[in-house]
Amino acid sequence: MTVLLPDSLDRACAQLADHPEAHVLAGGTDLMVEVNFGHRRPEAILSLSRVPELKGWHRDGDQLVLGAGVTYTELCDPEVAAVAPALAMAARTVGSPQIRNAGTIGGNLGTGSPAGDTLPVLAALDATVELVSVTGRRTLPIGDYCVGPKRTARDASELIASVTVPVARGPQEYLKVGPRNAMVISVAGLAAIADLEARTVAFGLGSVGPVPLRAPEAEAWITERIDWDAARLTHPDDADELGRLVAAAARPIDDHRATADYRRHCVGVLARRAITRMFSA
Amino acid sequence: MTAPETYDLTVNGTSHHVPGAWIGESLLYVLRERLGLPGAKNACEQGECGSCSVLVDGRLVCSCLVLAASAVGSEITTVESLATDGALSDVQQAFVDAGAVQCGFCTPGLVMAVEDLLRRDSTPTELEVREAISGNLCRCTGYGRVIDAVRVAVRRRTGAEVA
Amino acid sequence: MTDTTLTPPAIGTTTRAPRIGESAPRPDGIPKVQGRFAYSSDLWAEGMLWGHTLRAPHAAARITSLDIGPALRIPGVQAVLTADDVPGRRTYGLEIHDQPVFASDVIRYQGEPVACVAADHPETARRAAEAIVVAYEPLTPLTDAEAAIEAPAIHPDGNVVRHLVIRHGDPTVTGDVVVEGTYEVGMQDQAPLGTEAGMAVPTEDGGVELYIATQWLHVDQAQVAASLDLPPDKVRLQLAGVGGAFGAREDVSLQIHLALLALHTGRPVKMVYDRAESFFGHVHRHPATMWYRHHATADGTLVNVEARLVFDGGAYASSSPAVIGNAACFAVGPYFTPNALIDGWAMRTNNPPCGAMRGFGAVQTCFAHEAQMDKLAAALGMDPVELRLRNALKTGDTLPTGQVITGTAPVAEVIQAVVDVPDAVSPVLEGKPMALPGGAGRTADPEAVRRGSGFAVGFKNIAFSEGFDDFSTARVRLDRGVATVTTACAEVGQGFVTIAQQFTREVLGVDEVVLAPADTTIGSAGSTSASRQTWMSGGAVKAAAEAVRERMLALVAADHGVDPGVLRVEGDRIVSADGTVDLPVTTALGDRVVEETVEYHHAPTYPLDEHGQGDAHLSFAFVAHRAVVDVDPELGLCRLVDLVTSQDVGKVLNPLQLLGQLEGGAAQGVGLALMEEILVTDGTVRNASFTDYLIPTALDLPDLRVGELVEQPEPDAPFGAKGVGEPPTISSTPAVVAAVRAATGLDLPRTPVRPSDIALANRSAPSSPEAP
Repeated sequence: MTVLLPDSLDRACAQLADHPEAHVLAGGTDLMVEVNFGHRRPEAILSLSRVPELKGWHRDGDQLVLGAGVTYTELCDPEVAAVAPALAMAARTVGSPQIRNAGTIGGNLGTGSPAGDTLPVLAALDATVELVSVTGRRTLPIGDYCVGPKRTARDASELIASVTVPVARGPQEYLKVGPRNAMVISVAGLAAIADLEARTVAFGLGSVGPVPLRAPEAEAWITERIDWDAARLTHPDDADELGRLVAAAARPIDDHRATADYRRHCVGVLARRAITRMFSA
Repeated sequence: MTAPETYDLTVNGTSHHVPGAWIGESLLYVLRERLGLPGAKNACEQGECGSCSVLVDGRLVCSCLVLAASAVGSEITTVESLATDGALSDVQQAFVDAGAVQCGFCTPGLVMAVEDLLRRDSTPTELEVREAISGNLCRCTGYGRVIDAVRVAVRRRTGAEVA
Repeated sequence: MTDTTLTPPAIGTTTRAPRIGESAPRPDGIPKVQGRFAYSSDLWAEGMLWGHTLRAPHAAARITSLDIGPALRIPGVQAVLTADDVPGRRTYGLEIHDQPVFASDVIRYQGEPVACVAADHPETARRAAEAIVVAYEPLTPLTDAEAAIEAPAIHPDGNVVRHLVIRHGDPTVTGDVVVEGTYEVGMQDQAPLGTEAGMAVPTEDGGVELYIATQWLHVDQAQVAASLDLPPDKVRLQLAGVGGAFGAREDVSLQIHLALLALHTGRPVKMVYDRAESFFGHVHRHPATMWYRHHATADGTLVNVEARLVFDGGAYASSSPAVIGNAACFAVGPYFTPNALIDGWAMRTNNPPCGAMRGFGAVQTCFAHEAQMDKLAAALGMDPVELRLRNALKTGDTLPTGQVITGTAPVAEVIQAVVDVPDAVSPVLEGKPMALPGGAGRTADPEAVRRGSGFAVGFKNIAFSEGFDDFSTARVRLDRGVATVTTACAEVGQGFVTIAQQFTREVLGVDEVVLAPADTTIGSAGSTSASRQTWMSGGAVKAAAEAVRERMLALVAADHGVDPGVLRVEGDRIVSADGTVDLPVTTALGDRVVEETVEYHHAPTYPLDEHGQGDAHLSFAFVAHRAVVDVDPELGLCRLVDLVTSQDVGKVLNPLQLLGQLEGGAAQGVGLALMEEILVTDGTVRNASFTDYLIPTALDLPDLRVGELVEQPEPDAPFGAKGVGEPPTISSTPAVVAAVRAATGLDLPRTPVRPSDIALANRSAPSSPEAP
């Protein structure tokens, strides 16, 4: 087995082109588990730990550009939380300090699990994913990037360079259900993003479908029901109805962690609570 | 740059030559089986239990999730570095004094997590302590005496009481 | 810690080494915090090979062919062994030798070992095991323990591992008030942090040395010797550092495989299970289905208890006979009833094998009888604690087995000690998000949270029962003021090593007590289980130390021309009644060495007859818990916010160490209440990892508040002390579930409680904003 340790993004792309079979390694919180248990015995691993272009984030006008190597701990940083509160909330729910120090947003995207904690937030934010390879760059909307459970539109010759999200223009929430008070794989997750200027609300649903889902009917409906001038719900029952609509948008499955029934129920409750926190009646 | 089949790792300030028989070995495996540093423990190899916690470039991580060959050039710190000249670190001494050690398998990882916490926050609240060690599973103690060990360490360092 | 009566003494204030009743620090604490303590997984030997086990993927199957050739051809592989390579007895087992060392014709549980490999690198060994070609013909697994009673036998010994009936008084008596229920306990795992690991080294005399993390060296030795067809003195076991046990290490796991590989290759062989394999490599707690019917008079006095207990023992017997024996004996709980009919079944199925786990049968029945007592209290319109006090056992009472309790039985005192601890939980609305149910997930709104309180009482036996010849052996040697203690007692984290030092210091008056390594060169210490080691190995150490003291005093008496009867050890000196003799113990003997070895037995116990009657147990320990749980009923998420306990301990030997046992055991009980379950479908385990087998984190537990501990010295126990390890796991689970019932109004007859049990039951109920 070969370990590739490029020290620049260009070199990383070149090495990936030379070793298309290489598995890409960022924080190791997903890949190394598989290597340790022998589920994957890669011929080659491309470690991104030394690629400076992937580290750090910066603000570009009303956009926030996050390098793929930004860790969950960095996402919890108050400066990030100020402009992307739901991302910071989601990062805080991930694993443990050890996992948050190692796991990256790029890794979350690379694995593409519907239970990935940042993904519902990115979905609700209409994030765009930047992919690079020796042949150039392209950006994909998150909805086109996630195509199935642990399946993404990333070609094997591409690396995730960054993900871009709009700077917050209103209240945001992230809630995640798990059967223990820490260190849980999400059983149901919900991101809620309100844009007070555009007067829209978006929801990202996690762990209740093959990919992070949006809830277009629910979003359209609640957008009309919010008194935007007062930033409140017009009617206290609207939160209940929203919950029902969001639950209807979920496409969960039964597995050993939870039943589809419970997951759908949860995501409806989370939606009701999120909207109430953001726009109390 | 490709990592050669053998490589060097800097652990606790010392450079170690790793023969690298299988390049896919985790840092946990290399520390334990190749570098004679068995302090980090393997209780899950998945990042779920924290028993293998070490510092890499000052960040607390699970060494089972670090590809050893990718840690070339990093500063790796293990539990073996804490006691100096035969004297335990104050956190280690607090664990002993507070009765926080039973079977002890989780102890090195917990000690590393607490050392890391107190470096970042010298006067945490109890809830902050619990969150900081939520990635370290212990099956013997129920964490009560571990929290108390942190109390003792904070009290001895700063005179403050963990709220 | 401020609410507990167990405030340890200020550190560093004593000028001599701590004795009985003091918080002596454990002797292995320093190496453990340094990471220098050698666990069985840390062992290393020159030229060692790595072993790996091939396990069957099916819960039930026939093996139709087995080809180890492809594995042997892999470079670096030194041995591949199967059932045909077992020279001696091909089966093993704790009580019944019904379990194959390697399966050869039939597979009875998922993960059953089929072969093992030794190679030069663990990765090579793993690949070699995978290269072995095994053809299976899957069979339909028998997975229903109830159905197993009548189903065709899946083992030559049949499906009923044990059936016992306890018939006490007149079980046809009915009460004014009758409550009935069926309860279920899911399969819990011990999940010690240290996985199975060991090293076997072949010796020049054709034998083998085994360095192993285990609970009982001698019973491992016997099984290894039998399968290797070697005399026991050629199979030497030494205790390697143990990373927790809780019952998982009482049965043989890798011991025989390792020894075989070492003898076959002529080289040291090390084997370490990873976490996933560990879940398959040891027995689990028996899942149980328990039907109960309680009868009481209108004023709340129990008159009859009927129960039918069906425990799923999985594929092999392990310690199922003793587990169901315990479960049946303690099925009524720590309450007096003049009449009872307990029908207990331990069944064989193709589910994962079950055996010893801390609490050993009493955990399951306590969950059921405490739920019943709450139901009964509700039916009577009586306070649940009052009902328990009214029926509490006491010394002199007769148990449903006909045994009269002759030792201490301070049930009412334990209950009262918990009652006396004031409520001290802050209102929910003050909670920070991280402190609410759902914790880091930030799901709860404080107004949605409901709070409930629950109370439970439990008990079980100390030491082995039903006529088992339970003993331990200890040697104490006094040499120039230093005492060396040798036992084969397995220190698994519980702190026996500390107690051994304290006992020796107390008896001999020396500060310096060295513990020799535990191995099979000395007689058996029995198992580290059944909360027995303080009494048994502590008793052996105490008896050996007393024998040394007696000889020491005789020698000193002769030195001074006095009668030995006038001498005693006081503090750290030997003194005579008239003060003419007064010298330090450390120098009294000069360089004369005194050594004594004692085999310590407890008073005999007796088997149960065909009506379940007999004086089956040595002693009992009682415990109570009160839990407060915050519940988010819409999502079903629970947060334990307060847990109070008291326990019948006989004598507090080491306050700090005792607190550690109370806290650790309670944590396991909380786990069984709220999150721990091995999920098995059609005999297949679905969650063999810490990702999905969840044990409590530091965010899942509050500080345990300990009420006044009940110290009524147990007459025959060394220093009057009862073992303390198991009771904390017994009443903690039912107290927590009772609190969840109170918070939700739901029946919740099953533990662990799953969020969906609450959330989906509540779905149709309107949310009412009552203050918690």
